[in-house]
Order: sequence, then structure tokens, then C-alpha cells
Amino acid sequence: MEDEYYLELCDNPVQFENASSVNNVFFDEANKQVFAVRSGGATGVVVKGPDDKNTVAFRMDDKGEVKCIKFSFGNKILAVQRTSKSVDFINFIPDLPHLEYSQECKTKNANLLGFCWTNWNEIVFITDQGIEFYQVLAEKRSLKLLKSQSINVNWYMYCPETSVILLSITAAGNVLQPFLFRNGAMSRMAKFEIELPAVPKPAKSSLSERDIAVATIYGQLYVMYLKHHSRASNHAGAEVVLYHLPREGSCKKMHVLKLNTTGKFALNVVDNLVVVHHQSSQTSLIFDIKLLDGDAIPTIHQPVLPARSIHPYKIPQIGPAAVASQTPVPCELYSSTWSVFQPDIIISASEGYLWYLQVKLKPALRLLKDKGRLMDFLLRRRDCKMVILSVCFQMLNGEEKDSLAVIATVFDKLNQVYKEFLEMDQSYTMAMESGLTRGNTSQKRPVRTQAVIDQSDMYTHVLSVFTEKKDVSHKFITAVLMEYIRSLNQFQITVQHYLYELVIKTLVQHNLFYMLHQFLQYHVLSDSKPLACLLLSLESTYPPAHQLSLDMLKRLSTANDEIVEVLLSKHQVLGALRFIRSVGGHDNISARKFLDAAKQTQDEMLFYTIFRFFEQRNQRLRGNPAFTPGEHCEEHLAYFKQVFGEQALMKPISQ
Amino acid sequence: MASGSQEKLYGPSLLNFFIYNPKFGPREGEEEKKILFYHPSDFLFPPHRTFCPTKPAKSLHTQKNRQFFFEPEEHFWMVMVIDSVYGAVLQQCYNMYKLFNGRFSKAMDEGGVALLRERLEKFFYRYLQALHLGSCDLLDVFGGISFFPLDKMTYLKIQSFVNQMEQSLNLVKYTAFLYNDQLIWSGLEQDDMRILYKYLTTSLFPRHSEPELAGRDSPMRPEMSGNLLHYGRFLTGPTNLKDPEAKFRFPKIYVNTENGYEELHLIVYKAMSAAVCFMINATAELTREFCEQLDNLVGPRLTLLASDICEHHNINRRTPGLEKEPHFKFIYFNHMNLAEKSTIHMRKTASVSLTSVHPDLMKILGDINSDFSRVDDDEEIIVKTMTDYWVVGKKSDQRELYVILNQKNANLIEVNDLCASQILAG
Repeated sequence: MEDEYYLELCDNPVQFENASSVNNVFFDEANKQVFAVRSGGATGVVVKGPDDKNTVAFRMDDKGEVKCIKFSFGNKILAVQRTSKSVDFINFIPDLPHLEYSQECKTKNANLLGFCWTNWNEIVFITDQGIEFYQVLAEKRSLKLLKSQSINVNWYMYCPETSVILLSITAAGNVLQPFLFRNGAMSRMAKFEIELPAVPKPAKSSLSERDIAVATIYGQLYVMYLKHHSRASNHAGAEVVLYHLPREGSCKKMHVLKLNTTGKFALNVVDNLVVVHHQSSQTSLIFDIKLLDGDAIPTIHQPVLPARSIHPYKIPQIGPAAVASQTPVPCELYSSTWSVFQPDIIISASEGYLWYLQVKLKPALRLLKDKGRLMDFLLRRRDCKMVILSVCFQMLNGEEKDSLAVIATVFDKLNQVYKEFLEMDQSYTMAMESGLTRGNTSQKRPVRTQAVIDQSDMYTHVLSVFTEKKDVSHKFITAVLMEYIRSLNQFQITVQHYLYELVIKTLVQHNLFYMLHQFLQYHVLSDSKPLACLLLSLESTYPPAHQLSLDMLKRLSTANDEIVEVLLSKHQVLGALRFIRSVGGHDNISARKFLDAAKQTQDEMLFYTIFRFFEQRNQRLRGNPAFTPGEHCEEHLAYFKQVFGEQALMKPISQ
Repeated sequence: MASGSQEKLYGPSLLNFFIYNPKFGPREGEEEKKILFYHPSDFLFPPHRTFCPTKPAKSLHTQKNRQFFFEPEEHFWMVMVIDSVYGAVLQQCYNMYKLFNGRFSKAMDEGGVALLRERLEKFFYRYLQALHLGSCDLLDVFGGISFFPLDKMTYLKIQSFVNQMEQSLNLVKYTAFLYNDQLIWSGLEQDDMRILYKYLTTSLFPRHSEPELAGRDSPMRPEMSGNLLHYGRFLTGPTNLKDPEAKFRFPKIYVNTENGYEELHLIVYKAMSAAVCFMINATAELTREFCEQLDNLVGPRLTLLASDICEHHNINRRTPGLEKEPHFKFIYFNHMNLAEKSTIHMRKTASVSLTSVHPDLMKILGDINSDFSRVDDDEEIIVKTMTDYWVVGKKSDQRELYVILNQKNANLIEVNDLCASQILAG
């Protein structure tokens, strides 16, 4: 079971003074800050951010119980709500007056439900009668109303990532009106209705704030609705309904996550996965809305993995009170005192901890048997590279290795992502090259995510290790390598030379030369100089490798020197000469090199022919058949005279 | 019939064929014991003692005919007496025997001379009847393999198919893949594939070509396999899997005869123009279940692959420039990979190979080839016939190219350039 916990609390939680009768704790979702307010601020306010360095501590006058307290972005201005009519402000900008100033909500008799910062100096008040959008003029210690809207509000919800505020309107509360705040402007988006479960009359259902959460998943804003089915209905369990809220256009019900159980739930979003915590069973489920089970809308999703508890967690006894001998105390998971915030925050106010929820990928290997689905799941996760590579390694090894069909599917999935990245990168490069002249640099360089598993990753972590294993049959090794090469080709990705080398090495080790030959014949192993040289080195064990190598060099057409060397080394002097003449390089070759090779054959007629060829070349290029001293052919001249006599030398032809 | 009369006019015919071992019946008067097989049956014992005992010439010309000798195994001699034509045919006879029976010595080990005689009789009686020496030509000398031209991606798909099938049907030891009677992949070694290829293309495939043609208009087997209609069928073994009487027996072949025997079941399975040979260790028992599994697994995928290949092939054929009839014809052979190409030959059938040129020209090609085989160096021979054809033979490294050019006004240089471009293209 140990390696089946796929959710865990982070190791380094934000620690704060736990809530008590003298210490009130507030959490600001926008800045992810925890405020510990002692005695209304008179004995101190401690603000802790996501990382420890950002702790802010200050005192403020106790002017009544604090209902809500939040910094604007960058901790510039502090807003404190103490009454249901007004919000107080304190500047935290150096050189500006620290004296508090206050703003009452404009609408008469309205009750302030809360406020949200949408910028360092812009704030939205939400009252039961509408919203008011202000700009804070810090130097003047006053606020300026930018815009307001009258509307009866039950409750509101804020998504800081997208600056969208959702208002619950109408009597049943199930009509949601979103507003978008951007650059000092407020815009009203299309309202939409959440379908409430049917209940028998006369009971009336209404939408509770507790059952709604807002989060961005795969870059899109979703309103998540926890739909509890009434006991009377036949539905087996509750579900989470995801409404997609596009920036423009209307909201649409897109996904339904089946929980298959009932009870109390809480939602998080981690690494684009929707996590549903179930309190009574003390387990959680994860859903991936991109893991499709069909193409109907809304898409029905089952959990990716079976329900498991969050990994047991022990609270380290650190801090001033800690004694070295004290052992960590197990933390109560799924406690009723937990508060869950979007996207991935769990707070235990009574214990004074803020955790980030994390997903561990390794357990998915055991829990998700379908490798194709597993890959689809892993490829969309943030820290997936090493896990994916270990999946690849496992599927090729041991007793539980997968079938080639599965391996092919996995390779195709990896290469699909790899190819998409290569294409984006290429189009970015092209846009940059053409953009430089037009001064257009709006396009962003594509981010190389961990899901991009390239050939070098596969080679280093999977293929080279796997091919070294003694207990794997060479047939399987070759099949796997060919499958990977097939997949790369299918996505039109240029195959790196080291993969070919691995194929050749495997085939040669097992004397499978005829297979190698056939691969080369169909150009499965693409031409390259290194490959041609490798083939040449195989000639002693497999003579046809010589022709294969020469053919490859010829096709490359940039390897003329190599071809000449190869032919001369095989004493094919005439062949070498014919070849170099056919490509027009015969005026630049070294006479000495050819004469050496001709002499080595001990074929006098051949030597004569070669010698005569160079005499003619000398005549043509310099008007005289004699060799120049720089050509170092004295030895060959002497040999020619010795064998054929001086009179056989070519006479200069006057032009 | 025109072709019949041509055969009489130009084609050689088999006068005698016999196999003997001089160690059998060494005493005078026991000569007939040396003879293991002879054809025709009314053939009289030849006075070969005078020339054959230890080191006879490979072939011997007498005034009227030619005798070919071949010693495939120690002391076993095969002799063919024909008007003319090539010794390669004799070697092929032996290889074909060996493919289905193993070496001569194998029969000797298993059952002595009697068994060997029996096997020779059984095999050669039918084989020689089907041996149409009249249609033997240069291609029979090469005994090459025609490879199907294919793009890299489709080739890799076939690789993937073969590997996946071998894994799923884990009995399979070797696989060969052919399309349009041309080889695409061989898991067998080259020499074994060469003779198997010969058997498939000249014997097995032609025998099964008729139903194939009929199948185009009306699907021969509307039966469903899974949910996919497929066109796969067995060319060896059971013709109808549904037949309760069906026998699951496959021909046995012998490969790797140089390093001990491998006896294999030969399953040939075909869908449209794609054929796969699955070779399985002969010790394995092939059951109805296995054949059904194979049919279910291979049938749909092979059907798909066959139409894939066909599509790609047609795209490639539509490349401009290749459509117009070339003004020359050629035969190309590469000794290194046994690859052969011919624009002279039409499709080979079981009985005759149709060539598109006059037999006289074919004979010239044969003559040039026998000249080439006498020397190792690169060579080039150009002949102008009385009928104004140019015939060019070119040998370079391991490759041979023969071109027949029908251009009255072509000069030697043009002919040479043409050949050079062909050699490089091959």
C-alpha cells in the first residue's frame, strides 16, 4: 500500500499561530497569505506568504473585530473590514502616510459581503445589493469609484488568477453572474444557470456557496459544482459538474465527474487534475478532464485511479518549543477543521498549518494498468519526465513486459507530444527570423515541458540500457528499436544517428547481416557518413557491407574523397580514377597517391595506364607531361623507366 | 499456337536427367546401382564412366548437346543433358529438392539408398514435368529475388506488423513478406529465401492466382472475422477453416542446411496482393485453434496493410516521367543482395515466363553473361544485332546490367551514357 498513495501534503508547510480566542486567522486566496490577527491587531498581525521570506509583521489599532483583511498585490495597501458598511485602508508604501483611511459602500442600507483586490490599487466591494469598483488613491488617502452595478447578491466567489468575480443571484441562488476586471475596467460576462438536482415538492433547493468552486484547469476557467443527489433519486452518487466559462461567449456544461458515493466532499485542483476529497471514507479521487472516455458533451468521467487516502503525514515538532527527543506527531487527515482553498491549498487553522496538496505520479504505474491511458495521464503532468521514462523502461523489461502493440502505442503517444513541440519551436524560429525584419516579436517561445521526451532521453534512459541487458532476446530488442524508429518516422521526426547505431550493433552482434542488409536496402537506416564508415568496418565479417557503404557514400555526394580512399585501399585503382573523373574531380587528385596504389597491385599494365593518365593531365594543365617536383613522383618515374624504358615516356606536345 | 512453335524452334529441351553416386556399386556390372534417379524412364545407362569419375568438367559440350554436372554433396552427382542453356537450372533442381526433403545424405541416414531413391522419384517425377526449359533464360541463371519498391514508412509498418505477429503467434520462427509476388522482408537467410522465393513465385502463387482474380468482383469469403471483413486466406494448409473435415497439415521445408537442419512448417497466408510466410518449427503441432487464431489476428491487419501498400504504390507510379514507354528494356542483377529487376519479363506463370523480346536477343544476353562469369573484373560488352538492336552488357563490382535498345540511329556514346545512368540508379 505504501506506494499507492498518490496524493501528499507538501513537506514544507506554511506555519502560523493557530486560531484561538485571542488570535483570529484569515486566508487571502489572491496572495496566498495567512493573517494571524492577535487582539484585533493591537498585539500584532503576522502575515505569512507562500514562502517564508515574505513574512510581514505589524501592529494596528484595535478598532473592533476584524471580519476580513487582505493586502493589495505586492503588499502595497492593506484593507481591513471591521463593519458591514465600510472598509479601512492603511498604506504600506514607504514615504506615504500610514494613517488609516476608510471607505463606506455607496449603496444606502447595503450590507458589505466582502471585498477583493483586483490590482495593487483597485478594489471591488461586494454588497448584498451589488458591486462597487474603486481605485485607491493612496497619496490622497481616498478612493475613487470607477464603476458600480446594482444587483441582488446572495454570495460571491473570486478567482484571482483570472480576476473574475462570480455573484450568486436570484432566489434559488443558482444563477451565476460573472464579472471580469481588467486594466481598470469592469465587464459583465454572460450569466448562466446551474442545474440543481430535482427535489420533490414542496421542498426548495438552493445553491450553496459551499458547493461551488472556481479554478483554472488546462488554462481555462471552470466553475465546479458539487451536485449532491437527493436521497429520493435513483442516482448512486454525487457528481462534480464542470461549467466552462470562456472569456467570451456563454458558459457551457462540459464535464461530469462521477464520484460514485455520497457524503461530504471538498475540491482541489492540482496539476490540472480535479481532486475530490471525501471526508467520511477519508479518501480522495482524481479526475483528468482531458482523459476522454467518449466525445459526447458533457463528457462523463470516471476517476483516473481508485480512491486512496492522502499519504499519512506527521507534524514535525519544530519551533522554539521543540525538544530534540520529541517524535513527530501523526496529523489527522480529512479533519473537520480543515479548510480547503483553490487551487491546491489545505489549511488547518486549529493546528496552524497551510499545506499545498501534491500529486505523486509513481503510484499511477501500479494503479493504472492500461498503458495507453497511463501515458495520456502522465504526459499532461508537470513533473512527468522521469516517471514516463521509467514506465518505458519497465514495459520493455522483466516478466511483465508489454506486447509490441502496447509499446507501439506508447511510442506514438510520446512522439506526438515531441512532434508538437518541434513544430511549435520551428514555427517560432521562423516567425522570429521573418519577424526581426518587421519588428514583430509578439510570439512567445514555446515552453519545453517535461512531457517532451526526445530521442536522446529515450536513448540514455531506456534504449541503451535495455539493449545491454543479457536476458532480453535480440529479436525483441530489434523489434523495439524498429518500432521506435517507425514511430519517429510516422511523426516525421528525423531519426538521430545513435539510434541507427544501436540497431546495427544489435544485428551485428547476432550475425543478422541479411536483416541489416534489407533495412539498408529500403533506406530505413538513413544515409550518413558515420553510417557508411561503420558499414565499411563490417566488411571483413560481411563482405557485401563494402558495396552498401560505397553506394551510401555515392548517394551522399559529399563524400567523394572517402570513396576514392576506399577504392584505392581495395586496389581498385582504375575504379577510383573512373569515379573521380565522373564527378569532375580528377584535376585535383594527387598523382602520387594513385601511382602508389597502382604500383602496389604489381600489375604493370595498370601502372602504365595510370602513369599515362597523369602524363596526359600534366600536358593538359601545364603544357608538359613531366611531373613537377612538388608532386613527389620521382620514384614512380624511375620505376616507369625501368619497366617500360625511357622512350615510353610521353613527349611534350607543343601547342 | 505461336508460342508453342517458338518453343520448339528456339527452346532447349531436357534430353536426360540423372543423379548418381559412383561409390554405389563400384564393381563391373553393378553400374545400375550407382544410378539413383533417371529421366526419362526409358533412358539407357550412359557411358559416363569414361569422363566422370573424379574431376569432370562442369559442363561438357558434345557436338549436339551439352551435359551439366553438379556435385552438391560429396560423391553425389547430378547430370543434365540438354541442347543448350544453363547449368544454373541444375543447381536449382537440387536446391528445390533440398528445400522440401533436406540433403541427399539426410535420406541416406534415415533409410539408406532405398529411401533416397524413393524421395528422388517422388520429387523429380513431378518437378521435371513442370520444368519448362524452354522458358529458362537469364533470370534463371541469376535465380534472383525481385524486391518490391516501397517507401520507408510503409516498409516500417510492415516491419512492425511482422514483429507484432511473431510476438503474438509465439510459435513463429521466421517470417517473409511479399507483395505482388515481390519480396519485401525475409527473416530467413538469403540462400534459403532465394529458393523459397523461387518456389513461391513459380509454383505456389501461380496455382492460386485464379481465385484471387475472381475475388475482385465478388468477395470470395463474406464470412466475418471479429467485426472486420477481411480477405485473408491460407495458400498452404486448410482451404476452409469452417470445414469440420479440414486438415491442418502444412508443407514442411528445410532451411539452414549448412549448419544442421531446421525443419519447418510453411504457412503461406495471403490477403489481396500481400502474402506472408510464417515458418514454424516442425516439432510444433499446428491445431485448428492455432489456425483460427492466426486467421483472426493476421487477416484483418494484413488486409489493411495490403490496401495501404497498394495505395502507396499507386501514388508512386503516378510520378510523371515514368509513364511514357521507355525506348529500352533491361535486366539488372546485383549478386550481393540477389536483387533482380527486369522490364523484359512479363508476369511469370507456372508454365511459361513471358518475355517481350525476341528469343534471339535473350540468347545474346545469355551469351554475354557466360562471358562475364569467366572473369572477375569489371567488363562491358556491346553488341549490335543484324536487326539493328543494340545489346549492352555491363558488369560493375557485384552488379550486372543488360540493356536492349531499339534505336537505329543511336550511337555508342549514347548507349553508354544510358547504361551508366541505369547502373547508378540501381
